[in-house]
Amino acid sequence: MAGCCFYAGYPITPATEIMEIMARDLPRAGGIFIQMEDEIASLGAVIGASLAGAKSMTATSGPGFSLMQEHIGFACMAEVPCVIADIMRAGPSTGLPTQASQSDVMQARWGTHGDHPIIALAPSSVYECLELTVQAFNLSERYRTPIILLIDEAVAHMREGIVLPSPGDIEIEERPHPTVPPEWYIPYADPGTGVPPMSAFGDGYRYHVTGLYHDVRGYPTIRADEVEPLIHRLFSKISRDFDHLQWFDSYYTEDARITVIAYGCVSRAALRAIKEAREKGLKVGLIKLKVIWPFMHCTIAKILENSPKVLVPEINFGQISREVKRVNQGKCEVATLNKVDGTILTPPEILRKLEEMYS
Amino acid sequence: MRETTHLVHKYLRSSKRFPHIWCAGCGIGIFMQSLIRVIDQKEYSKDDVVLISGIGCSGRLPVYVDFNTLHTTHGRALTFATGIKLAKPRLKVIAIMGDGDAIAIGGNHFIHAARRNVEIASFVINNQVYGMTGGQCSPTTPDGTITASSPYGNLEPDFNICRLAEAAGATFVGRATVYHTRLLEQLIGKAFEKKGFAMVEVVSQCVTYPGRTFGPDPAVAMMKWQRDNSITVAQASKLSEAERQGKIEIGILVDKERPTYHEEYQKLLRKKPKV
Repeated sequence: MAGCCFYAGYPITPATEIMEIMARDLPRAGGIFIQMEDEIASLGAVIGASLAGAKSMTATSGPGFSLMQEHIGFACMAEVPCVIADIMRAGPSTGLPTQASQSDVMQARWGTHGDHPIIALAPSSVYECLELTVQAFNLSERYRTPIILLIDEAVAHMREGIVLPSPGDIEIEERPHPTVPPEWYIPYADPGTGVPPMSAFGDGYRYHVTGLYHDVRGYPTIRADEVEPLIHRLFSKISRDFDHLQWFDSYYTEDARITVIAYGCVSRAALRAIKEAREKGLKVGLIKLKVIWPFMHCTIAKILENSPKVLVPEINFGQISREVKRVNQGKCEVATLNKVDGTILTPPEILRKLEEMYS
Repeated sequence: MRETTHLVHKYLRSSKRFPHIWCAGCGIGIFMQSLIRVIDQKEYSKDDVVLISGIGCSGRLPVYVDFNTLHTTHGRALTFATGIKLAKPRLKVIAIMGDGDAIAIGGNHFIHAARRNVEIASFVINNQVYGMTGGQCSPTTPDGTITASSPYGNLEPDFNICRLAEAAGATFVGRATVYHTRLLEQLIGKAFEKKGFAMVEVVSQCVTYPGRTFGPDPAVAMMKWQRDNSITVAQASKLSEAERQGKIEIGILVDKERPTYHEEYQKLLRKKPKV
């Protein structure tokens, strides 16, 4: 649906099903599936295919996501569109391969070395997995950058009925293509949007792609007056469109005395807890984040201004709660509720915490 | 000279800020010239050639030549090459690696690319050292060699790159030195024509680090050493294991046919999934 026609991957629990379905269905849909020798190779092949013009993706979990960091950085630097689904299990190391977790949130942000922008999306339902995967491809093409789908194991293995949108109702975006003849093409010159048009290998626009700092022609450089504009452009091409990346759902927030900020499977438990709390007369609300990175600090700051208390439940040691506290700057009380035993947060646990905070 | 001028104008990037980064006397430039010469002879369209490299001195080769060029991460050139070839099979995909690049950090990708048999012409420029980082020992540095990271002598035996490629299933394996440029060009040509994974080991010299022990003119001394220590595959077959020690066996070591990954993939499209 999103136009993906290349998948390279390596088996890993709990992400393997994505690969198995791709192995079965992608060849019949005219695409290419390949099982590589490890996750580094998988993302390498994905980036190669994308440079040749194919919309490409891979999927993995914590340990494989660690291995992919090298090539996530390459895709950021060389501006190659690709999608990486990270099905989060508990770590560190081999951790709990079959249990749900949200502990890769910070790795998605800072996992690869060096300053770089990143976009990470977090679905919380089967329908959102579909919706945000399509959006992940669209964003990766629009901004020429890797997009990370952060899906906790509970959501990844969820089964629920959805109504599929008809293909015509889904907007599909393509990367910007050069409109000038090859001899005029300057591959990394800013056309004003921050995103240079991208030609596929073999289309007649011969150019150089590297993970080194490069000038507008793509050639390696260490000149300060070429290095700085590049890194600034890499950040600004996403930050200038920040308003378009404020994807969240809000429930009962207008009069909320406590606002819950949650994402993934925890947001589902939180919504149930909030509905029960409302029945008990507690004025509580929920913000469900769909975009994790870049963090929606303007949106969150407004919520923090209007709500005396905020609760950030997560199934990790507290990763997004740090971001909320950073934005908060002491304006209101930010409480956390963390579970790190491999099980998911349940509605009664969140409700209990809300009642405790309310009194 | 006229031929060289023609090749320089046709294939080197005029927009690139020369000079190149290689030391005077390095063998990589000789290999680059041979590569360009063969591409010109084969009359490939520049638009259809993709040159992919890893990291190190050899990794800088693609930037100087006017093809679709990709300078990837350390050891991973073949993974990118695999993605490009499968996504656009009509492209001529060429991977250029160094010894540390292909055999140490990229060893896993190297054997699997050979096993998988995706049509990639790959070249490992073996100068037996990590040159760019300052002369540390690599997996092809001979046992006992003093290097920046083996000040007491290298403790590890060296890899035979060609035998590794052969054992992993490469359908074409050859070896030449940068002294034997005519042979080198023949092997490059055969690697380009091969329907499958082809690997040519290009024995080269690093004049800056190991070259220090070769006297005042290391480039000449090291290339003479290549000349004097090379034996052809036919000569080698008449020698015992002990007599072959320390010799560079040059020529075609493997040339066989096997269905490529792409051909197998086309067959797969006619099948129904079993699970």
